[in-house]
Amino acid sequence: MNVFLAQLLNGLDKGGAYALIALGLTLVFGTLGVVNFAHGALFMLGCFCAVTFRYLITLETVTVDPEKLSPWGAPVEVRTPLVQNWFGDFGAVLVDYSVPISILLAIPVMLIIGIAMERGIIKHFYKRSHAEQILVTFGLAIVLQEIVKSFFGANPVPQPIPTDLRGAADIGVWFGMAPHVLTYPWWRLLYLLFSAVVIGGVFAFLQFTTFGMVVRAGMADRETVGLMGIDIDRRFTIVFGLAAVVAGVAGVMYTPLLAPNYHLGMDFLVLSFVVVVVGGMGSLPGAVAAGFLLGILQSFASMTEVKSLIPGIDQVIIYLVAVVILLVRPRGLMGRRGIMES
Amino acid sequence: MFSLSRKDLAALAVFAVVVLTMPLWLSPLGAAYPGLMQKFAIYAIFAIGFNILFGLTGYLSFGHAAFIGVGSYTTVWSFKLLTMDIVPAMIFAVITTGVFALVIGYFSLRRTGIYFSILTLAFAQMCYSLAYSVLTPITNGETGLLLARDDPRYLDAMFGAQANIAGLPQPTFLGSSVTGYTGFYLCAAILIVAFYVSQKIFASPFGMALRGIKSNQTRMNYTGFNTKPYMLAAFVISGMFAGLAGALLSITDPLAGAERMKWTESGNVVLMTILGGVGTLFGPVIGAWLIKYFENIFSAINTNMLNNFFSFLPDGLQNVVVTVLSKFVGEGWHLTLGLMFVLIVVFLPGGLVEGFHRLMARLKRRRGTPGGVTSVQPAE
Repeated sequence: MNVFLAQLLNGLDKGGAYALIALGLTLVFGTLGVVNFAHGALFMLGCFCAVTFRYLITLETVTVDPEKLSPWGAPVEVRTPLVQNWFGDFGAVLVDYSVPISILLAIPVMLIIGIAMERGIIKHFYKRSHAEQILVTFGLAIVLQEIVKSFFGANPVPQPIPTDLRGAADIGVWFGMAPHVLTYPWWRLLYLLFSAVVIGGVFAFLQFTTFGMVVRAGMADRETVGLMGIDIDRRFTIVFGLAAVVAGVAGVMYTPLLAPNYHLGMDFLVLSFVVVVVGGMGSLPGAVAAGFLLGILQSFASMTEVKSLIPGIDQVIIYLVAVVILLVRPRGLMGRRGIMES
Repeated sequence: MFSLSRKDLAALAVFAVVVLTMPLWLSPLGAAYPGLMQKFAIYAIFAIGFNILFGLTGYLSFGHAAFIGVGSYTTVWSFKLLTMDIVPAMIFAVITTGVFALVIGYFSLRRTGIYFSILTLAFAQMCYSLAYSVLTPITNGETGLLLARDDPRYLDAMFGAQANIAGLPQPTFLGSSVTGYTGFYLCAAILIVAFYVSQKIFASPFGMALRGIKSNQTRMNYTGFNTKPYMLAAFVISGMFAGLAGALLSITDPLAGAERMKWTESGNVVLMTILGGVGTLFGPVIGAWLIKYFENIFSAINTNMLNNFFSFLPDGLQNVVVTVLSKFVGEGWHLTLGLMFVLIVVFLPGGLVEGFHRLMARLKRRRGTPGGVTSVQPAE
């Protein structure tokens, strides 16, 4: 039972990342009707927002302290980050919490990148076939990842977890179990909560604001909304920016769990497409449900007991599920009629 | 049965001459060594095969790398178990990939559009992951499948072929070795045959049917046409071409690794086909050559070479130009490729071949050909 719970939790945080990426992907697809192969690259750009922020905030001055000598007799170099000079202890906290704080950087940056991408290239592809949309966004993904590579190099750049959030939460105790039976790293727990909040936020935004209402109306029938005198294209551009922000913040918070490198986007892209297809093209709840479902399935498949039963299942479970779903239930779990069925 | 129209015959002749004189016209471009030219020929075969599926039917497969991998593994196993001769190896590779493509195609072709792409992608990723993990006894995992001196090679042993005394055995073609220029001409000859086959398919009623499926599958169905077997045949043929390319990769370098099956490799062949021109005969070949050329030559350019090249500029300007350009060559050649690809998809959806046609049309118009040029739009 405990093993079961532990695997469930393990799957949930990975599922959170899948769900966030798939949510953005579905949002773009549902509104603009564009199959965006560059969405994984947006996730990767989000990761590198965190890297950039940490780089900027840890710019430091090096002073030589003539009083102290290092063990081999040279004067000790004292490195102090500039922010610490300026803000004192607050600066130290800033450095420690660089990853969560970089969300503040990521939101405007990703919004601008998203809107620029939509206005610059993707807008010209509404009328073209899905194959051509796939191709142009695939090319865009290559360009984005190569730009990142030329700035940050090809090696992964690990990001630290804030000191207070290291270690694991003794979750078992909360549910009345003995201590140390069921533990779960704080950061993963935080990621799970974070993804729940973001997903809830996106849904609330679509459900309870006028803007969201217009967007939902546009998803259902773009032409009619346009005929009512609403500039639906502009709203959809903002939705694309929103999707980029969701992918970006998902990336920022994921950096301590997986050191980002430039081809991270491509690795996540395939998975997130599988998630979207399993959930049903164009269905937002479907994308979220499928994200968590596949994350959990993947974590159960990597249990030793399961692996010894069906060797290699942990490697292929996601694709296997995708193939079975597509063949048996082509609209995915919650797909609507008439989406991508021409 | 083997006849071609006069136009196709001329195209084939031109193509054969271009391929066979590769060592001549590639030497000023700095790419005239056999190892690279073999790659040119092999990837051209791959792209031609991919074009039969994507160009004619419009079904975008993102899983063709799996077939290259299967072809490679089969070839190396044939070397290990049967004989070092390449003919049986190629035959086995093509048959095995054909069967593979039949199975994958049977399932994938039940869906169209993006669902088809995702299905092929899922199948290919499954092959890739399994080759790394569970199938290690067959694929030798990350190391890749290698030849060994003490492989059984039953057929060779049966015919009493003498054991190779020094080092590893080399693949042979009817007894003669296939290294260096022999290897290149072998690949070139197969490329010409592959081109001929694709010409025949393009001109055949079968090819017409595939084009019909591309422009309107529903209408094809309503005219009483069962499109399923045609699609499956196209998928299998296309897979077999990829298998043949995989076999040739293993013949020129007897090693098969799982990284050939990664999905970015499938993406590469898509890039090649689009870059050159989808649905045209020459397009995929040109695209494959261009990408392989860039990959090998462009990526070798370094800052020193740029400095030499721009030494005629004033100092400050030279530094700026070199710093900017160095981002696009060497390690960064993928950036150039990506940019080029985006530009082509945006402005020239028909690839370089379409660009060439447009250029020709413009030249003709300038010369004042009567009648002018009317653009032909296919009927929906």
